[in-house]
Parts: sequence; structure tokens; C-alpha cells
Amino acid sequence: MSQAKRRSVLTVNGEQHHVLAPAAATLLDVLRTGLGLTGSKCGCNHGVCGACTVLLDGKLARSCLTLAADVGERRVTTIEGIAGDLDFSAVQRALVESGAIQCGFCTPGFVITLTELFARDPHPGRETIRAALSGNLCRCSGYVKIVEAAEHLAGGVR
Amino acid sequence: MSDPVRAIGSSPPRLEAGDKAIGRAQYVDDIQRPGMLYAALLTSPHAHARILGYRLDAARAIAGVKAIVTGADLSGSRSGGIIKDESMVARGKVRYVGEIVAAVAASDPQTASRAATAIELDYEPLDAVLTIDEALAPGAPVLHEESASYVKAIQGGGHGNVVFETTVAEGDVERAFAQCDVIVENTWQTQAQHNAYLEPGGCVADVDASGRITLYASCQSVHHVQQRVAEELGEPMARIRAIAMRVGGGFGGKHASNIHSIAAWLARAARRPVKLVLSRMQDFEIQRSRHPARIWMKTGARRDGMILARDVRITLDGGAYADESPPVLAFALLMSRGPYRIANVRARGQAVYTNKLRAGSFRGFGNPQASFAGESQIDELASRLGINPVELRLANAMRPNDTAFGGQPVASCVLRECIARVRDAQREAPPLAPRNGRRRGVGFAVMSHISGLMGTAATVQLRTDGSIALSTGCVDIGQGSDTAMVQICADALSVPIERVSYAPQDSDASPYNWKTAGSRSTYMTGRAVAVASLEMRDRMLAHAADMMECAVVDLELRPGGVVGLKGVPKTVGFREIAMRSLFHSGGPIVVTHGFVFDGTGFDPKRASIHQLAFANLGVYTFGAQCVEVDVDEGTGQVEVRRAWCAHDVGRAINPVSCEGQIQGGFVQGMGYALVEAMKWNAEGWLITATLADYKVPGVLDCPPEIHPIILEDPDPTHPVGAKGIGEPSLVGAAPAIANAICNATGARLRTLPMTPERVLNAMDSRS
Repeated sequence: MSQAKRRSVLTVNGEQHHVLAPAAATLLDVLRTGLGLTGSKCGCNHGVCGACTVLLDGKLARSCLTLAADVGERRVTTIEGIAGDLDFSAVQRALVESGAIQCGFCTPGFVITLTELFARDPHPGRETIRAALSGNLCRCSGYVKIVEAAEHLAGGVR
Repeated sequence: MSDPVRAIGSSPPRLEAGDKAIGRAQYVDDIQRPGMLYAALLTSPHAHARILGYRLDAARAIAGVKAIVTGADLSGSRSGGIIKDESMVARGKVRYVGEIVAAVAASDPQTASRAATAIELDYEPLDAVLTIDEALAPGAPVLHEESASYVKAIQGGGHGNVVFETTVAEGDVERAFAQCDVIVENTWQTQAQHNAYLEPGGCVADVDASGRITLYASCQSVHHVQQRVAEELGEPMARIRAIAMRVGGGFGGKHASNIHSIAAWLARAARRPVKLVLSRMQDFEIQRSRHPARIWMKTGARRDGMILARDVRITLDGGAYADESPPVLAFALLMSRGPYRIANVRARGQAVYTNKLRAGSFRGFGNPQASFAGESQIDELASRLGINPVELRLANAMRPNDTAFGGQPVASCVLRECIARVRDAQREAPPLAPRNGRRRGVGFAVMSHISGLMGTAATVQLRTDGSIALSTGCVDIGQGSDTAMVQICADALSVPIERVSYAPQDSDASPYNWKTAGSRSTYMTGRAVAVASLEMRDRMLAHAADMMECAVVDLELRPGGVVGLKGVPKTVGFREIAMRSLFHSGGPIVVTHGFVFDGTGFDPKRASIHQLAFANLGVYTFGAQCVEVDVDEGTGQVEVRRAWCAHDVGRAINPVSCEGQIQGGFVQGMGYALVEAMKWNAEGWLITATLADYKVPGVLDCPPEIHPIILEDPDPTHPVGAKGIGEPSLVGAAPAIANAICNATGARLRTLPMTPERVLNAMDSRS
């Protein structure tokens, strides 16, 4: 594996960062160790668990499977960029208030996934919510309260 | 005056939920320290081999390598839990594929990995045993030839590959079977389940100029980590400090420390901070699993449905090291009677060493295995008797003031209510529409569990401004204990929870707590918090009586941190009391309450018990679960459509957290029932070491409706009546689902997980 480092410019949460990282570095590596944005989690490093999920130009991406060098011009949104400093988005508030957060390690990924869902469908039904969350693993909650939080946000069960 | 809003019984959002929601909660891997090194591990490619030598020159020559440790560096006795048979890196022999043989600390993760793979070991491969039968076969290769020399806190076992063996018995089983009209007998097999917490294990070890080591750990007890690391490094505990970070789940898998010492050793050697965080694959390969089990069980009843006798043999596959095998076996035996009034029971068990990953603690602790067999057998017995399985359970269910298997008295028992509640809830729910090609079935299971064990403590202090500082050693691994402890304290002192601060767990500062395990935090540490808080209340009332020149009996706590004179508006605030104690008389108000579980132990006159790891267990909890499943006739796929889980929690401190424990535990039990399985190949390699190969239920695998039904029968030994709910919710899922599959199809499955293939085979082989 090449240890050669490459320079690139990443736009993360609206700010430009000049990054010097190995060519093989994943976006998750660069976010966590290069930029100190540790909210995105490494649960499996295989793209299965969803704890590393970020948005690239508003679309869901597994940052553990995305090479930093491939991000290019796309704007990266991480959990730290979802709301202002110490602010909460509606999704975050709904998860907190519904008791949907237990150990919290999967939570950033669920927040990102739900943020993407609500951006394209403000009133998703239960099956839409469940389908949207099917790529994120939670080992604590049994998913019931996470889905309830999203349903609450969507304006009630339908 | 209207009743104030009580902190207990309300469900404020978790204290730390906000930080978790915005990505600011700090887990081990989020730590950066100046000059921090990264650790990498080299693991064994052999299931069983003698280590002949190490060649480290190539690794040492790599620039950036700062420290290396192998088994050759270790001396002194081995470490571990009840049987000290382990070492932080292998010494002399390796006993499973994936066992750590060397560790490296280097300036960056890539260099550390490269150096670890540059280390060479010479091995003499040995024959391996991978199953219970191979381990117990005459002339089988022995994993621990030097077992007799190990330090053991418990005797029993130690011959051949037997880790531990014991028997629990009450009554006269043989005589009772002779009086039975119906006897059922069968064998069940269960698999290795991985805890699969989302955060892999890890720690950061730092070292100061005096050489004192601080560990930031993902763990279930800072006091345990401190003790284990001190033991393995040969340091006094005063030289080791352990601090818990936010923990991304544990479920028992992080309850014993086996990797923290490596980071501590490397930090001490390199004189630099060292981070050791496992990859997901390493976590699968080197941490632990639930014990695979083989259970033979025979149960007999009279024609009228009275169960007279049960005979049980449990064999656990313990893997390469003892870890928690002795207590898991003992607990499985104690739970094998089920929560029933059966006068004659004999439960015999063995745990054996095999050349695989150690099996250890996992939510349920032997109870899921025993209950899968026991609760399946109750349905088979009901079928043979021609009695409804729910009625058979109700008729034989334990009642208040009965005794548990082993003779422990059980004061509080609402099992029959739990059964009736799930039965009625399922009956009254609007029926789901039938589906083409699917057969619908309903299944029940009941369970008992305990909450208790060992010692714990809590400290409360009155701050200058009248707010409260609470400190315990109870590590919140996601279940919500931080919030529950604060609620208990706030309730005792009639203050809002915002007036109570809660200290993170730090072995330098936190009062002792054994572990987050055994469904014990709310019961044990919660009890300590309640008693300490009530004692603080009494000390404040004594001050207030002096200040108001009245008797304590004339005083009352009023909401918001105020002591008032009964019937009179006159008050003094906690702040004034704090000021008086700090600057005038009495001294700072600091109260610590510590205790060790003090319930009645086993009854030797009633039960014959050999070699248990504990003299008493805890208070008993009870529950019942009901599931509806659809079985696909073509594929054998089982889908759990709805579940009802009724559990007695004594008193719900935070009902929403209780519900989360019930729903999450049920889904882990459902994963155990239907999909999760660690598998090893013929050479002993784990072939399910990723989350792609080891299936954890996703949202689409789970029923949208998991209805928690919380029963509250306050436990008399707890000041606020609470009992634990961490584990019981997992226990009933597998037998309830097996019973539902049988109800739907007539096929009885006795092997976990109940995969489509097994379901189809069982459907094909119906008589």
C-alpha cells in the first residue's frame, strides 16, 4: 500500500480544509484523525453498520468506504454540521425526546440518514422510515423508539 | 399543596443524549493525546500450538516502532477471573486462532500494523479440539496441562478439558418421575452469539512522569479494569487509574478486561500514550461470545398438569479460557428449573475447554440457553398432556414467598400477572390479516432472572449553593444508569434533576462498584444512591432543626431544595444548610453508603449444591413474553410480526428507559433465535468475523410492534422498590419464537439459530 500523501481540498460542513493524507485514506480517517471531527463513528469499517454515514452533496455515503481522494468538489456534511454548535435539528431533538438514544454509538449515522430522508420526504410513513433506516444497525434499542421518533417528526403514524 | 412532580417514574431525556445526538459524546477512539502512539496486534494462526520462539529483529528495525511486548516478556502467575488461566498475550502456547501473541506500539497505525506482521513466531502445531465431544473424548489433546497449578477461586473441574462441573439438586428426582403420568425428554443445541456492541473494544493508556498509568477505557467497570491491569503489570493498584469513557454498548462483552493491560504495558515501556482500538474483525476474533450449549432435559407431570420432576444436564463450550464459564454454568443450572414450583429437580453441568474464542458473559448469562430448552419443553409437555400451554404455566408458576431453585426465598413474584397480561394483550390486539403462503403461530415463554451480586457504593455531597454532587462507580454502557441514579437521588431529596450533578467513573474518585452486570445497577447501585441520599436528607434536617429551633419530626422536605416547618410557611434552603455546615458547624455534608448484596443465600438443608461461585445471587425478577410469527411455507423464513413482553421491574425509575431495555433485549434475543451465529471452520478459524458475515438484526428484520408491559411490584429490600430489567427481556425470545413456529407448523426446532433451512427440515420431518 502506498504511503505517499496527497494534498486535496475538502469542503466539510461549509468550511474548506486543506488535507494532506495518504492516497488510500478513507474519508472517515480524514474526518476523524485529520480534521478532529470524531462524531462519525467507525463501527465495522466494512460499510455494514452505518455509524460512519455522512452526506455528500446531500446524498448518503459510507465514509468508511469512500476514499477521501474521491470526494472531489462534493460538499461533505457530518453530524457536527447538522445543526449549529450545541444546537439541535428537529431530527436530533426527536431522537433525544423519544428515548431513542441508548449507547449512542450508532446515533450519528441514524441522524444523518433521517436528515436525508426528511429532506426529500417531510412526511414519510412507517414503511418508508423503516426502509430508509435499513442500512443502519443499532444493537441497543430494537429500533422501535427510533422509528417512533421519526414518525412523531413526520406528523403521526399513518 | 398538589403533589410535586416526582423524579422517579418520569422519563426525562437521558442526561447525555444531547451530546450523543450531536456527535460530541466522547468514546475511546475519539481521544487524541500529545505524542500518542498506536498499538497493533499479532494474533495466532493456529488453533493449538506450542510457541517455540520469537524473531523480533525485523519489527524492531522499522522506524517509528517504540515498544513491543510478547509472552516472553511476561512473568509471574496468570491472570483472569475465577480461574486464573489467561495472560494478556499468549505464553508458552496458543489455544485459539486469533489469540494475541504480540503487540507493538508505533508512531502511526500503519507502522504499527507493518511491525506487528513483521514479528515471526516459531510454532509447533498441536491437535486441536473444536467441539464439546472432541474435548471430552478419551485421549483428547489437553488445552491446559498445567491447570492444577492455576490460582482458582473455585474448585470443581480441572481434569482433562473440564473447566468446571457442578450439580444443584432438590428433592428426589427418580422417585418423582415414577409418579409422573407424562414424561418428555429431549436435547437442545445452542450456538455462539457475539455481543456485537456497535463500538469495538479499546482503550488509551497514558503515563505520567512518575510512571503512573491512566487508562481511558471502554469497559463495564473502572474498578475491575484497574484491578486487572495492576495484576497483569505487577503494579500496585495505586499506580493504575482507570476512567470510563462513553461506552458504545457492552452487553457483558466488555465486563472482563483482557486488552487494557496490553496498552498499559506498551505505554509504560514506550513512556508515551498508547491507543489500542480493536477493528471489528479483531473484536470478533479475540473478545468473547455467549456459550454454545448442549442441554438434555427431562420433565414429568401428573395427568392434572402438576409438574413433579425435572432432570437437566447442561454442557457448555467454554472456549480456550475459563473467563466466566464457572458462574455462567452455575447460573444456567439455577435457572434451569424455570420459574415453576417443581419440587424435585436435578441439574448437572460441565463447562469444557475447546480451541476457540473464550465464551463469557453475555446478557442473560446462561439463562437464555437454559430457558430455550426449559420453555420449549413446557410446550411439549402441555401438548402431551392436552393442556393449553399458558394454563400449564399459570398452574405451575411460582408465587410470592415461594423459594427459587437452590432455596433462596422469593418475596416478590408477579409471574402469574405477567403471563395473564401478555396473554390478554395478544388476545385483545386486532388480528393481523393472514398472508398467502405463510402460517401464523403464537408462542409464549416465561422467565425469571436476578438482580444483585457483590458490592457497590454511592457518595452524595452537598455543594455550597445547595446543589447535590452524586458519584457512583456504575458505568453507563447505554442502558441509562446515569439518568436513573440522578433520578433516584433527586427524588429522595425532592429537587429537580438539574440540581444533581453526576460524576463520570474514575477509579481515583468513584466509590467502588463491582460491575455493570447481572441486571444490578438500578437495584444495587440504585439502592446505595437511595440510602446515601436519604441519610443526607436526615443530616440536613438535623441542621434545619437547629436553625429553626424545632424538632426534626416537625420538619419536611419541600420540592426545590427547601426544608419547611410542617403547617407553617417558614423554611430554610439547602444553600443555607450547606453554608452552615461548611462555615459554622458540622463540617461538609458528605455521605457514602456501601454494601454487598445481603439477601438470604442458598439453603443447604433444602438443596444440595456443590461448588457455586456465589453464596447468594440477588432478588428475583419475573416476566412473560408472547410472540406472533409468520412462517413462510416455501422458504422456511420466520418473521416475528408482533411481540408483547411483560416484566416486573419492581418500580420503574425511568419508564421510557425500561421500555428501551425491554425492546432492545427482545431483539437481541430474536437475533439469537433466528440469525446470529459465530462459525468456525475445521482449522478453527472464525469465518463470521465481520458484520457482513455475522448477521445482526436490522430494522426490517424486527417487528414494528414490540409492546413492553411494565409491572411494578416494589421490592421490599430496595428503598424505592426497584429491580433490574437489563437481561430478562432477552431470555424469553428464543423459546417463545420456537413455540410459535411449532404452533404455526407443528415443527419443533431444538437447535439455534432457527434458520430457514432448519425450519424447512423440521417441517419436512414432522411425523
